Amino acid sequence: MEKLLLLGDEAIAQGFIDAGGSAINSYPGTPSTQITEYVMKSKQAKELGVRANWCANEKTALEASIGVAYAGKRAMTCMKHVGLNVCGDPFMNAAIIGTKGVLVVVADDPSMFSSQDEQDSRFYGHWAMIPMLEPSNQQEAYDMVHFGFELSEKLGTPVLYRIPTRLAHSRAGVVRKPVRKQNELTEPADAKSFVLLPANAKRLYRDLIDKQPAFTKASEESGYNKYFEGENKKLGIITTGIAYNYLMENFQGGKCPYPVVKITQYPLPYNMINKLYDEVDEILVLEDGQPFVEEHIKGFLGKGKKVMGRLDETIRRDGELNAEKVAKALGMKAESGAAVPEVVTNRPPALCQGCPHVDSYNALNAVMANHKGGKVFGDIGCYTLGFNMHAINTTVCMGASITMAKGASEVGIFPSVAVIGDGTFGHSGMTGLLDCVNEKANVVVVILDNDITAMTGGQPSSANNKIRQICEGLGVAPEHIRDIIPLPKNHEENVKIIEEEVNYNGVSVIIPHRTCLVELKKHLKK
Amino acid sequence: MKKDIVLCGVGGDGIVSVAKIISDAALNMGLNLKQSEIHGMSQRGGSVFSHLRLSSDEIFADVIPEGHADIILSSEPMEALRYLPWLAKDGWIITNSDPFVNINNYPDMAKINAELAKVKNVVSFNANEIAKTIKARSNMVLLGATVPYLGIELGKVEEAINHIFGNKGAEVVDVNMKALHAGYEQAKK
Repeated sequence: MEKLLLLGDEAIAQGFIDAGGSAINSYPGTPSTQITEYVMKSKQAKELGVRANWCANEKTALEASIGVAYAGKRAMTCMKHVGLNVCGDPFMNAAIIGTKGVLVVVADDPSMFSSQDEQDSRFYGHWAMIPMLEPSNQQEAYDMVHFGFELSEKLGTPVLYRIPTRLAHSRAGVVRKPVRKQNELTEPADAKSFVLLPANAKRLYRDLIDKQPAFTKASEESGYNKYFEGENKKLGIITTGIAYNYLMENFQGGKCPYPVVKITQYPLPYNMINKLYDEVDEILVLEDGQPFVEEHIKGFLGKGKKVMGRLDETIRRDGELNAEKVAKALGMKAESGAAVPEVVTNRPPALCQGCPHVDSYNALNAVMANHKGGKVFGDIGCYTLGFNMHAINTTVCMGASITMAKGASEVGIFPSVAVIGDGTFGHSGMTGLLDCVNEKANVVVVILDNDITAMTGGQPSSANNKIRQICEGLGVAPEHIRDIIPLPKNHEENVKIIEEEVNYNGVSVIIPHRTCLVELKKHLKK
Repeated sequence: MKKDIVLCGVGGDGIVSVAKIISDAALNMGLNLKQSEIHGMSQRGGSVFSHLRLSSDEIFADVIPEGHADIILSSEPMEALRYLPWLAKDGWIITNSDPFVNINNYPDMAKINAELAKVKNVVSFNANEIAKTIKARSNMVLLGATVPYLGIELGKVEEAINHIFGNKGAEVVDVNMKALHAGYEQAKK
């Protein structure tokens, strides 16, 4: 079969197309974005009539995929780790339904290259009591999409598919499988299963509990979890996902002398872990993420054989795993080059030269300089970098700018300003603005409209060309929705407009509108 | 054969795209490869890097362990120094000598050059100047300068350029070839 050079993300996307996927519904988020983008750009997907959508947020995306599954077809929803919080509701309940043919792909970001936390999605999967897959390389990433759909349909459950940044954004050769036909449109075998009234839900939750042994059996027998024998029984090693590579990197060309259980499928394969426990003196758990497996096998009392990993900080608890950390945990000598010379200074990411956000922030900063005690509540996107311009005081989670500004204004902060991008406003800003209108909050909401979801590489923004109408529809007074054009030549005028709205006691919206420069350049090239 | 390469520069300067050409040549030679890169927030004008690993044997980690890089290929001099912990004792730095200044506190060039001089194997030259004379991209010139240390013949890299830029017309291929050769000659000086 054909061999392609693919990012882990792209391998998943190609796997989805080849495995007979019918629809992919996602919200962009680093490092998951390239999965859905790949399907959107794929000629093959177009010819096969595969539907590929950017949705308003992760919740609407996953719900759409549950709808696809209702129709009997295969669907995938992709997101970054914090996106799983946004779709926690459909995620947990898709598990209760026993939704067949749905893969929930979540890209975690250990070391927070482009994120606000290091949460490990496997805790969610465990909580929802569903099988999980965690491929160790690009080939497995491709193969396990096929496998994941088969597993989902056979066992009657959605499957959580977890990758970390390094797999998402690393390329390697991938050999394809034959293309499978899409499923036919069908009615659900158990029509009641999609109606989560308590009477049905109680039965379905019991079903989910009763399915657990089958889930574990699948993990033990699928062949994706592997037991490697080793002659040195002083130590046994458990690796999950790409942690296996960081272990083997230390034994180039050779073989790891210790017995190893390589995990890529959950629930945990009890037979292999039991065998390891019986054979060795101590256990080391290697995970690129939080100590999920370690916590499970260590137990609360920590009795029995010694289990080492991130919990006891044999490996630092925060930050991504790497070969050097594994070498240190194994007591091996890790090589290192020269230290970074002192002369090297930080070069932090910054807003682009000529970026419209810079002009918006300059105007806002000028206004806020006259209002000591005022606060600016920021949000998630390129404009979070406004922190380096001393333009925002907070960044918490998607949409929190507007709602935090409201909460703060109600207990005495004035002026209370929210800054949110058009993409994030569409994702989860609208409901917060409705709260503001209903409570007549004294806030100024600045919606930075650059026509695109810029941070993740330029996906369409769900609220594009509709921001004013949305604000009016939510009940913001039309005369307090002010359009400005963020350009240096308009600085004085923009300062004046923002100042006017700060002095209005009620909900004001300011929409600085100018297209993202990176996006503009792309269009000029075309 | 095994080559571990750190490509580094400043977000948006396109240095990471050079990896694509090397990868194409390596694949054609039947080598295994892994190439990791960083997307998202860190792309915006900040330090960026990519790890490219080529080997005739199985490659495990997607990232190069410290002290193992055979080559650091950098689009500007301070960024080359930032990744020194990855450079193997006998490894090479190939860097553009022209600084990319987008921060207020960019250090004194004399100090940077002094640090570069401490490294055993360095090829440092003004790739922007050479690129300007042939109206090419400096990244391609830097790639040319890397070829002698790459373990991949010049002809294989030329094939990759033909393959990747072929659909953009003969003129584009030609400019990139010129840049490649100019860099190659520079490295031999």
